[in-house]
Amino acid sequence: MIRSYSSTSGRFDWMGLAFAILLVIVIAVPLLVVFTWAFTEVWRYPSVIPQKFGLRFWDQTLSRADVWEALFISLRLSATVTALSALICLPAAYAFARMKFPGRDLFFLSFLASHAFPKFGLLVAIAAIFLQLNLIATFWGVVLIQLVGTLMLMIWIPVAAFQAVDRRMEEAARDVGAGPLRVFWSITLPQAGPTIFAAVLLTFVSTFYETEGAWLIGAPQIRTMPVLMINFINNQVVVQYGAVLSVILWVPSFIALIFARRVIGTGSFAKGFGA
Amino acid sequence: MARLKIESLRKSFAATTAVDDFSLDVGDGELVCLLGPSGSGKSTILRMIGGFEQPTSGMIRIDGQDVTRLSPERRPTGMVFQSHALWSHMNVFNNIAFGLKLRSLSRGEIQRKVDQALELVGLAGYGHRQTFQLSGGQQQRVALARSLVLEPKILLLDEPFASLDQHLRERLREEVRDIQQRLGITTLFVTHGQDEALAMADRIVVLRNGQCEQVDAPDVLYRNPQTEFVAGFIGQMNFLSANVEGGRFRHPDFTLDVEVQDGPAVLALRPEALRLEPSDSPDAAGVTRATDFGSHIMVDVELRDGARLKVMTAPDARWQKGQTVRLAASAFALYRQNRLLARGGLPVETVEGRSRHALA
Ligand SMILES: Nc1ncnc2c1ncn2[C@@H]1O[C@H](COP(=O)(O)OP(=O)(O)OP(=O)(O)O)[C@@H](O)[C@H]1O
Ligand SMILES: [Mg+2]
Repeated sequence: MIRSYSSTSGRFDWMGLAFAILLVIVIAVPLLVVFTWAFTEVWRYPSVIPQKFGLRFWDQTLSRADVWEALFISLRLSATVTALSALICLPAAYAFARMKFPGRDLFFLSFLASHAFPKFGLLVAIAAIFLQLNLIATFWGVVLIQLVGTLMLMIWIPVAAFQAVDRRMEEAARDVGAGPLRVFWSITLPQAGPTIFAAVLLTFVSTFYETEGAWLIGAPQIRTMPVLMINFINNQVVVQYGAVLSVILWVPSFIALIFARRVIGTGSFAKGFGA
Repeated sequence: MARLKIESLRKSFAATTAVDDFSLDVGDGELVCLLGPSGSGKSTILRMIGGFEQPTSGMIRIDGQDVTRLSPERRPTGMVFQSHALWSHMNVFNNIAFGLKLRSLSRGEIQRKVDQALELVGLAGYGHRQTFQLSGGQQQRVALARSLVLEPKILLLDEPFASLDQHLRERLREEVRDIQQRLGITTLFVTHGQDEALAMADRIVVLRNGQCEQVDAPDVLYRNPQTEFVAGFIGQMNFLSANVEGGRFRHPDFTLDVEVQDGPAVLALRPEALRLEPSDSPDAAGVTRATDFGSHIMVDVELRDGARLKVMTAPDARWQKGQTVRLAASAFALYRQNRLLARGGLPVETVEGRSRHALA
């Protein structure tokens, strides 16, 4: 850090400043606007600052039954999808990372291929199938569609995590008498743990915010938080409802991401020492 | 009480043959070193004994029991890896206790055995440490304790000290040898350091391209190498190539009567088997360099045909660069196509000297 300061001490770093300003405009300004709207009661053009701040819309939003219902549905959905995804993907990721079997590369490629496909087209096709299976507008229908969306993240990151685990560690465990399953449970999983935990967390968060599938399959019975938010924004001219929901949704994911960052950070820290 | 018997072991990876028809008997309590250049198949042999690689063909027996197809967790072997492979998410105690827990021993029993193992490797009281809080040497000791605590029949060590510095390496190898002798555990030790092999082993196996060149006790291996490769690999050796014609090895500086068939041959001379004398002859060899090692002086000599020899001399001898000298050999060996043809001369007297200096 010190070195980079001294190296730029001679000239002013215009590029860096330009990037910083660009980032602020692209990321911080919209956030700021949403935040401001959430705590605004009156804000009319052309004023730059709202005429009246207040928590009225928080009251109104939080007293609605459909908001709470959507929140619980979203939490239940995300938890279910994440758990199922981990159950399916982690063993598969281990197989990809450690075992050699025919068609391994082709299989892996097909995963990527399915995710390169335009998503909405895929969703519509799946929706057509679900219609025949009576899965439209059911909890498990939404679970299934969202599950498909999580597969890539939950395979790709854990594959990398498992590959990074020192094989000698696994062999040393076999050597002292542990069977393959025991080795996976006691050595591989804890070693890959921080990264896999981050993948699980990211899966949870992205599922929580997933809208296309939830809307296409779930509507009208299953309404998740983001879908509800879109409804609010589309059907009512009151900007504040959307803003309040956005802030409510933003806080937990932000905390989750900070947490993920810390876990990954300490993980690589310890590994650097242990290597 | 454990014997290891390896019969015509072979291992091929796709195109390469890593181990080719390797056989070895290791007696009870014996420490055998596998020595060879990089890629000669040392690790592959060890890993097949440990169960981490499946032999292409051949058989491995421990105390008469065929273990060739057993998985690693069912074999009575304990392996110490070069990278120690300690589990960084467990502390020292749990690293050593892991295998004991799998055997479902009582808590007290586990505690007792772990303490004992830590004591054995000189790390009593280190149980609560995290593995990354240990030095490289301590990590290797924990790895050793982790294997020994399960009382394996065969201990396998794959270059366990390769990543340590010279001093630590020397100390640890003495400690390991000491522990091995006290426990009387049958041990196979992989190294590519010949001093390590000479210092520790009861017998040394010299490997080359997956094949066994020679198996012998260290002193035999040094004094009586059966192949040119072994002669050059163990200790320092001077080689001179020339033809044998009419029962005589005809090199301009060394002619030698030998009863072998005519043809090309390689004469092998140890530096300590050569003697220097001042000479006034116009076609004598010249000293190019003299390096003082304190206990002896190594003199580089250039022959008339440009060949260079190393000669070990006493520390009080003074040889100047450019001085002309005459050479005399007290022992020799003659090789053709990597096979020993003949050897002769007096045995070398300086037994002490060779293991410490000639190999430095
Ligand atoms: N898993 C593998 N796949 C393909 N080839 C391998 C594999 N393991 C070893 N080999 C090859 O087998 C040969 C012997 O390797 P091995 O690791 O046994 O050598 P080594 O004597 O232990 O060498 P070093 O001193 O460098 O450790 C080498 O040519 C190596 O490239
Ligand atoms: Mg090796």
